[in-house]
Amino acid sequence: MKTLAPLLIPLTTIGVELIAVFAALVLFAIFLAVVGAAPFAVFADMVQGAFGSMFSVQNSLSRAAPLMLTALCTALPARMGLVVIGNEGALLLGGLAAAATAMVFHGALGAGVLLPVMLIAGAIIGGAWIALAGWLRQARGVNETISSLLLFYIGLGLFLYLVEGPLRDPSSLNKPSTYPIGDANMLGNLPGMDVHYGLLFGVVACIAAYVLMEHTTFGFAARVVGGNVRAAQVAGLPITRLMLVVCGLAGAAAGLAGAVEVVAVEGSANATLYAGLGFAGVLVAFVARQHALAILVVAVVMGGIEASGGVIQRRHDLPDAAVDVFKGFLFLMILASETYVARAQVAVQRWVAARVVVPEPPPPGPAVAVSAPSSSSA
Amino acid sequence: MNLSRRVSSVWIVSCLVLAACTKSEPKPAESAPGAAPAAEAKKDDTLKIGFIYVGPRDDFGYNQAHSEAAKQVAALPGVKILEEEKVPETMDVQKTMESMINLEGVKLLFPTSFGYFDPHILKVAAKYPDVTFFHCGGLYDAAKHPKNVGSYFGYIDEAQYLNGVVAGYTSKTGKLGFIAAKPIPQVLRNVNAFTLGARSVNPKITTTVVFTGDWSMPVKEADAANSLIDQGVDVLTMHVDSPKVIVQTAEKRGVFSAGYHTSQAALAPKGYLTGAEWNWSKVYEAYIAQVKEGKPWDHLVRGGLKDGFVKTSAYGPAVSAEAKAAADAIKAKMMDGSFMIFKGELKDNKGVVVVPAGTEMKQTDPVLESMGYLVEGTVGSTGTGS
Amino acid sequence: MNETLGIWGVPLAMVGGMIRVSTPYLFVSLGETLTEKSGRINLGLEGTLLLGAVSAYGISYLTGSPWLGVLAAGGCGVLMGALHAWLCSRPRVNDVAVGIALMLFGMGLSFYIGKPLIQPEAPLLPALELGSWSSISAVRDALRVNPLFLLGIALAFVLRFGLLNTRWGLTLRTVGESADTARALGYSVDGVRMLATMAGGFLSGIGGSFLSLYYPGVWNEGLSSGQGLIAVALVIFARWDPIKCLYASLIYGAAGSLGPALQSIGVEVSAHLLAALPAGLTLAIMIATCSPERKLAGAPAELGVLN
Repeated sequence: MKTLAPLLIPLTTIGVELIAVFAALVLFAIFLAVVGAAPFAVFADMVQGAFGSMFSVQNSLSRAAPLMLTALCTALPARMGLVVIGNEGALLLGGLAAAATAMVFHGALGAGVLLPVMLIAGAIIGGAWIALAGWLRQARGVNETISSLLLFYIGLGLFLYLVEGPLRDPSSLNKPSTYPIGDANMLGNLPGMDVHYGLLFGVVACIAAYVLMEHTTFGFAARVVGGNVRAAQVAGLPITRLMLVVCGLAGAAAGLAGAVEVVAVEGSANATLYAGLGFAGVLVAFVARQHALAILVVAVVMGGIEASGGVIQRRHDLPDAAVDVFKGFLFLMILASETYVARAQVAVQRWVAARVVVPEPPPPGPAVAVSAPSSSSA
Repeated sequence: MNLSRRVSSVWIVSCLVLAACTKSEPKPAESAPGAAPAAEAKKDDTLKIGFIYVGPRDDFGYNQAHSEAAKQVAALPGVKILEEEKVPETMDVQKTMESMINLEGVKLLFPTSFGYFDPHILKVAAKYPDVTFFHCGGLYDAAKHPKNVGSYFGYIDEAQYLNGVVAGYTSKTGKLGFIAAKPIPQVLRNVNAFTLGARSVNPKITTTVVFTGDWSMPVKEADAANSLIDQGVDVLTMHVDSPKVIVQTAEKRGVFSAGYHTSQAALAPKGYLTGAEWNWSKVYEAYIAQVKEGKPWDHLVRGGLKDGFVKTSAYGPAVSAEAKAAADAIKAKMMDGSFMIFKGELKDNKGVVVVPAGTEMKQTDPVLESMGYLVEGTVGSTGTGS
Repeated sequence: MNETLGIWGVPLAMVGGMIRVSTPYLFVSLGETLTEKSGRINLGLEGTLLLGAVSAYGISYLTGSPWLGVLAAGGCGVLMGALHAWLCSRPRVNDVAVGIALMLFGMGLSFYIGKPLIQPEAPLLPALELGSWSSISAVRDALRVNPLFLLGIALAFVLRFGLLNTRWGLTLRTVGESADTARALGYSVDGVRMLATMAGGFLSGIGGSFLSLYYPGVWNEGLSSGQGLIAVALVIFARWDPIKCLYASLIYGAAGSLGPALQSIGVEVSAHLLAALPAGLTLAIMIATCSPERKLAGAPAELGVLN
C-alpha cells in the first residue's frame, strides 16, 4: 500500500476524469436512444473508426497532429495566468506566411532549405500575432482574451483578402489560392506511416513545452507570474519580457500548425485553411488542464472522435452534428468534473490514512520535557 | 503531483479500455490499403458507392441536387450508396475517402465539391488504383492526372441563358441582379450567360453583380438582395449554395426570381420565373452502368441541356406567352447543338474585347473554363469579393 | 414602382441594414451585459443564439405562431444560461472553457435538430411598416421594422434605468463589483449570477429567433456569422452600458450591411476587409482607452478575466 501512495493523487484525478467520460457516454447514449439510433452499435463503430485498425489509428493521429500545436497556443500563456483564445488567427497568418515565403524565395532556395524557412516564417508570424496580444495587455491593459479574439477576426479578414486578392495565383481559378509551393517543397510522411511530419512536430513541441515550463528557470519564473503577479513584481521578475516570450512561443506553435497544413496537405494557402483547428485547440488545452503532456493524450482522443464521425454518419445515418453533440457532452462533463477532483483526492487520502498502519512514535524521553516555547509559536 | 506518471497512467488506462472494447467487436478492417474489408457481407457484386458533400445535404441547393440524384441512384439494382456530408476541403476529405475505401469497401467515389480535386482526390487516387473517382467540376488532364479519375460538369450556363431570356422579357425596370459567392470562372460563366440571354431580348438591360465572399452566407445574401432591390432591380438570380434566402426575399418584396441548382418554385409561387437545375442522376447512372460493366468511360465529361445534364424549371405564372415561346425556341436550338452563347464580338464591362469578332465558342471549348471577365452590360467587378 | 436611388441607396441601405442586422447583436449584447455585470463572462452565447434560432423556427413551423417560437427561443436560452451558471458556480471550473464548450454543444445540438427544418417554410414574424408615408419602395423597406427591434430599444432604456435606479440593479452591480460585500449583505452570489446568466441566455435566444424568424427568415447552418461571440467584444466596446450597447449594435449592423450596399452601386470593396472592420474598430477603441493602471472604466471588478 505504501508504494502506491505517490501514485494515488494522479490516479484519483484520472479516475474522476474517467467517470466524467463515462457520464458523457451515458448522456450521449440517452441522446442516441431518443433520436432513434442504437447506442451500443454507435459506440462500437466510433471506437472502430477511431482506433480499430491501422488505418483508423493513423487517421486519428493525422487529425490530432495540428491540435497538439494549436492547444499549446492556449496552454503556454495559461501557465502565466493569461487566457488566449485567438489561436485560429495565428494559425491562418502562419499558413499564409509559409505560402508567401515560397512565393518570395521560389527558385532562389533549394528544396531542402525552403521548407524549414517556410515553417520558420509561419512560426514567426504566428508568434508575433499572439505576442501582440500579450504586449497590448502589458502596455495598454487590454484583456488578452478579448484582444486575441478580435485579432482573430482581423487576421481572418486579412487572410481571406490576401489569399483571394493580391496574393492569389491567377491560375487557381475555381479555388482561389496562393501560388503552389511546388511538390518538391512539401513535407512528407513519417517513414512507414501515412501521417505527415506534423505529428512529430506536435509531439516534440509538447514535450519541449513541458520541459520548458516544468524544468527550467524560465518556466518557473513564468509560473510564478501566473501564480501571483505581485509576488513576481516584488521578486523583480521581468514580467513584460516573460509575457512576450511566452505569448510569442504560443503563437509560434499555432503559426507552425498553419504552416504545416500548407506544406504538408494543401500545398498553398486558401480558404480551406480556416477549419476551426485553432478553436478546437483551445478546448483541448482546457480539457488537458493546460499541461503540455496531457495535451498529447487529449489531442489523440479528439482526433479519434473526429475520425469516427465519418463512420457513424455513414453506418447509422446520423448527421455530422451528432459528433459535435458528443464532443459537447464530453467537454462539459470533463470541465464540470474539475470540482470533484480536489474532493476526491482528499477523500482518497483520508481513506488510505485510515487503513495504513502508522508505527508507534517512540515514547518521549526525559530530555524532551524541556519545553521549547519557540516551537509552539504558530 | 507527478505529471509524467499521471500522463502515462492515462495513456495505459485509455489503451486498456479501448483494447477491451475493440476485442468484443466483429473483426475490423485490414491494415493494408486497398484490401477489401469484411464489413457487412452482401452479395459479391454489389457496387458500393460513396458520395461526399461539402455542406449539408438538405440545403435546398447545390448539395441537395447531388443528394437527390444519389437517392435516385440508390434505387438501381446491385448498388449500395453511402453518404457523408459537411466534409471540409482539407485533409478531412482524404481521410473520409480512405475511410470509405478501407472500412466500407467502396469502389466508386463521387466527391462533389470543387475544392476536393487538387490535391486531395489526386493523392488518394494515386494510392488506390482500383477505386474509381468521379469529381464534379474538375478539369481532368490526361497528362497529369491518374487514370482512375474522371471529372464531370454540366453546362448550366445554358439554363442560365434561358433564365436571362425570360428575365429580359419580364423585367419592367431593365435592371437585373445576380448574387454570387466568389468570382471564379464557373460563376462568371453563369453571370455572363444570364446577361447575354437578357440582352438578346433587350440590349439596354443591365445586370448588377454582388459577390458575398462565400458559398453560404444567408445574412449577406439577404442584404445583397435587399440592396439590389433598393436599386431598382426587379429580377434576381444567384449562384450560391442555397438560393432559398434570395428567392424568399425577392418574393417578400414583390420582385421576380430565377432559381438555381434545384427548383425553388415552392418558395415563390408568384415571382418565380424559371430556374436552372442540375440533373445529376443522368450523369451518375451513366457512369455507374459503365463501371459495373467494366466498360471504358470518358475522363472529361461535360454536357448541357442536350445531354440531359441540366434542365430548366417549369415556367411560373408571371412568364408571358411571348417569353415562353422565345425561350423554348432557343432551348430547341440548344438541344440540337446549334446555339452558341459565347461568340464574337464580345466585350467585357470595361470595354476590352474578350472574344474577337467571328469567333464562336462551342460549349465544350476549354477556354471557357478559365473565364475571368464580366461581359458588357454587367455592373460589378471580378476584383470584389476577394 | 421602383425608383433608382443611385448613391442614396447606400445610406438608405445602411439605415435599413443597421436596423435589421443589429437586432441580434442588440439582444445578445444586452443579455451579456447583464451576465457580465454580475461578474461572470459567458462565451457560449453563439451556441445559445443558434439553439434559440432553431427552436424558434421549429416551434413556429409546428404551431403556426411565430411569437410562440420567440418564446420557445427564450426558453432554450434560459436553459443554456442556467447550465452555464450552474457549471461555473462549481469551484475550480473555468468560465472561459465552459463557455466555449457550451458554444460547441449548442451549435452541434442546433444543427442536429435543424436538419429537418432547412426545407420547410415557417410563419415569420410580422413587420411594422414605419415607412408607409413614402412612395419609394426602398424607403418603405428600409423603415420596415421588426417589433423585436423596437422591443430591444425599449429594453436598453429599461435595463439602464433598472441597473442604476432599482434595487435589483444595485444587487446585481454589488455582486459584480465585490462578491464579498454582497455576501456580507446577505445576497446569494451564485443565485444572482444564475439569474443574470439565465436572463442573458433568454435575451440571446430571442436574438437568435430574430435571425430565423425575421431576417433572413430561414434556418440554415450558415445562419450566424459569429454574432454570439463578437457580442462579447461589443459589450466591452459599449462599456457595459445598455444604451451604448444599442449604439454599438447599430454601428456593427451598419458595417455588416455596408459591403453588399456598396457593391450594388458598383463600388469595388473587399467583403472580407469590411467584415473585419467592426473587430478592428473595437480593438482600436480598446487600445485607445485602456491603460494598465486604471482598469477598464465600467468593468465589473469581479469579472476576473478583465483586470
